[in-house]
Amino acid sequence: MFSIDTGSGFWNPILWVLVIIIAFLMMYILRSLGRKDYRKTTEQIKPFLSGNPELEKDKMHVRGSNLYWGFRESLKGFYNVLLKLHSGNTSDYILWFVVIMAIFFIIIGVI
Amino acid sequence: MIFNIPFIAVAALIIIGLYAVIFRKNLIKTVIGITIIESGVNLFLITLGYREGGVPPIYTNLPEDVSIPRGMVLPVPQALTLTSIVIGVAVLALMLSLVIHIYRVYGTLDVRRIRRLRE
Amino acid sequence: MTSIEYIIDHSPALIIAIPLLGAFLTPLVSRLGSRIRNVFVIIVAMLTAFLVFLLASDVFSDGIRTYIFGSQDLTTPVVRILFEVDGISIFMAIISVLLSLLAAIYSWSFMKKYDGLDKYYTLLLLMTAGMLGMELTGDMFNFFVFLEITSISSCALIAFWTHKGEAVEAGFKYIVVSAVGALFVLFAVALLYGQYNALNIATLANTIQYSFLDKIAFVLLITALGMKAGLVPMHMWLPDSYSQAPSSVTLILVGATQASLYGVFRMCFTLYGGVFADGILSSMTVGWFIVVLALVTILIGVTMAIIQTDFKRLIAYAAVAELGYMFLGIGVGLTAMGTSYGKTALDGGVFHILNDALDVGLLFLVAGSIYYATKERDLDRMGGLARNMRYTSMFFIIGLLAVAGMPPMNGFASKLLIYESTYQLSPILSIIAILSSILLLAVFVKVFHSVFMGPELPRFRDVQEVPRSMLLAMGIIALIIIVIGLIPGIVVENIVQPAANSLVNHLDYISHVISIGGV
Repeated sequence: MFSIDTGSGFWNPILWVLVIIIAFLMMYILRSLGRKDYRKTTEQIKPFLSGNPELEKDKMHVRGSNLYWGFRESLKGFYNVLLKLHSGNTSDYILWFVVIMAIFFIIIGVI
Repeated sequence: MIFNIPFIAVAALIIIGLYAVIFRKNLIKTVIGITIIESGVNLFLITLGYREGGVPPIYTNLPEDVSIPRGMVLPVPQALTLTSIVIGVAVLALMLSLVIHIYRVYGTLDVRRIRRLRE
Repeated sequence: MTSIEYIIDHSPALIIAIPLLGAFLTPLVSRLGSRIRNVFVIIVAMLTAFLVFLLASDVFSDGIRTYIFGSQDLTTPVVRILFEVDGISIFMAIISVLLSLLAAIYSWSFMKKYDGLDKYYTLLLLMTAGMLGMELTGDMFNFFVFLEITSISSCALIAFWTHKGEAVEAGFKYIVVSAVGALFVLFAVALLYGQYNALNIATLANTIQYSFLDKIAFVLLITALGMKAGLVPMHMWLPDSYSQAPSSVTLILVGATQASLYGVFRMCFTLYGGVFADGILSSMTVGWFIVVLALVTILIGVTMAIIQTDFKRLIAYAAVAELGYMFLGIGVGLTAMGTSYGKTALDGGVFHILNDALDVGLLFLVAGSIYYATKERDLDRMGGLARNMRYTSMFFIIGLLAVAGMPPMNGFASKLLIYESTYQLSPILSIIAILSSILLLAVFVKVFHSVFMGPELPRFRDVQEVPRSMLLAMGIIALIIIVIGLIPGIVVENIVQPAANSLVNHLDYISHVISIGGV
């Protein structure tokens, strides 16, 4: 009922649910081992930045395009080609269609 | 040879249409290109409907010896073509109305400049 | 004959007729008030869904069902259209009808502020009718007609916000691509008709010779439908139109794309199934071609998704990658035709259609909710929204885990089937697929961080949770995702495997039509 057979193995989500439950239990235990003197109303909730003053909220947030810039930087050559291909030109869309059609026809016709 | 002329025309129309869609820069010409492809396909359908020595399925003008309905040509390609033409008109109207809207916002019909959406 | 049997008997026709009739009644009903119109549309969608489920239970227990439009007398050569419903058709119909029902519920609040809604709902129901028609029909020309109905109505819906130039541009690109694609499909249909004098898929599949013209028809059909399904490098219309359409429309567009994917399945496995089975055309050749394109689709979809800054465009590229997994399933299924792992790959591919529709659909709805609440779609301008939009962020986590194929979500179950079967074909393919899946997780972690995490931004202090109808639509999808994730065994055995079997046993599809008189 729960498991599926993949031919060379199987997958049973119930096992994984057990793993998740255990993980949550461990998380709960670790959390309950934490400090008891934490109060939400005091200045304890303020972020601690190695003693530096906190900037205004808008500048503190790590924006979407800041993430993975290294990935993009190291694959610059690949992305330059890729972005050039995604030209946004309607004619190119149809051109790709014709090109793929031609390639497919050559493959089927020759082989 | 003479019977192949419609098929040559079909191929020519489709290739001309594709050429217009791919290499012309004006949106109106792109639309015209699609219409030309459509005419090519419709011509192909109509050409397939031709049966040598066939009798058209018009009941009021039948020769004496034709048995109904077996002796008559089945008008399927004609029906297909009519449907296809109707659909083509709808697509054409939709495309032209979008072109009008694009011209209002972008102020141009050059396909190279209408690409705010890319990458 | 009891009345329920009578309804099941006529349900293939009713499934098309009810949304079609409902579509053209909507402008009249909307005269009575917007609330009545919304209820009317939801009732029409629910009625259609009910009929689809009724037909599904019948098809899964009793096998293929046909419905004849036109003359019942099979001896004279008259024109008729045949609907033929087998496992894969009804499987796709379930997905489509589910998506359009959810879109109708979601639209209640999402589209409330805009006018012209009578046209919007008319087009929505028309699109539903078109998709269902594509999936249930057994006739090539009818397939083309429904393909065009779907294209026209979805194009009008993509460009629904005509005051935005981008939306109109996306609509224009979509209609150009669909019109050219559909015309080539029609050309292929004409090529087949000219040779075999038939339009019925089963009759054609029975007599197909694989002549030179059939080769051309095959290439035209697969490429044109592949373009409409978003196969790289013909995918570029997909991010444009997915990102510019209103979110509720994008949800159905996912279904429309998959209806084209169904076309690829049907043409490969049923129409040309005999050609592959007899070895006239090597299924290895076509299979490897599709496998290679599928891998390129996955890779380009994922790598393009990473660098996007527009929320919906990012999800659209992720959807391209997900489509690649389905094509991988078909490709491996074709390459290893007849082996047991080929069948597993096909199961995985078919199962992934359902999972992708739900996962990607949920993410698009979340993106729409964010847009509704903040009027913002740029990832760089969002942040800290989890504080005010608690349920939406929860739904996003569910969608994120599912789309990235994390266990125990439903996406994992289908991806595992694809990975393990692909591994037996070639380990490299499977490694690339798994790595791309990890990248997909990375992409959505980025989105989750930049949208929901971080400090509370002053601009979004007053952001409210979205209205109830939108939460309801997202909640239903999230619930289905979790349920399928927990009981994949039942789903695979009862729904997915019959669907995949009906693809593999193309002779059943043919013999059923021959047994009732052919043509």
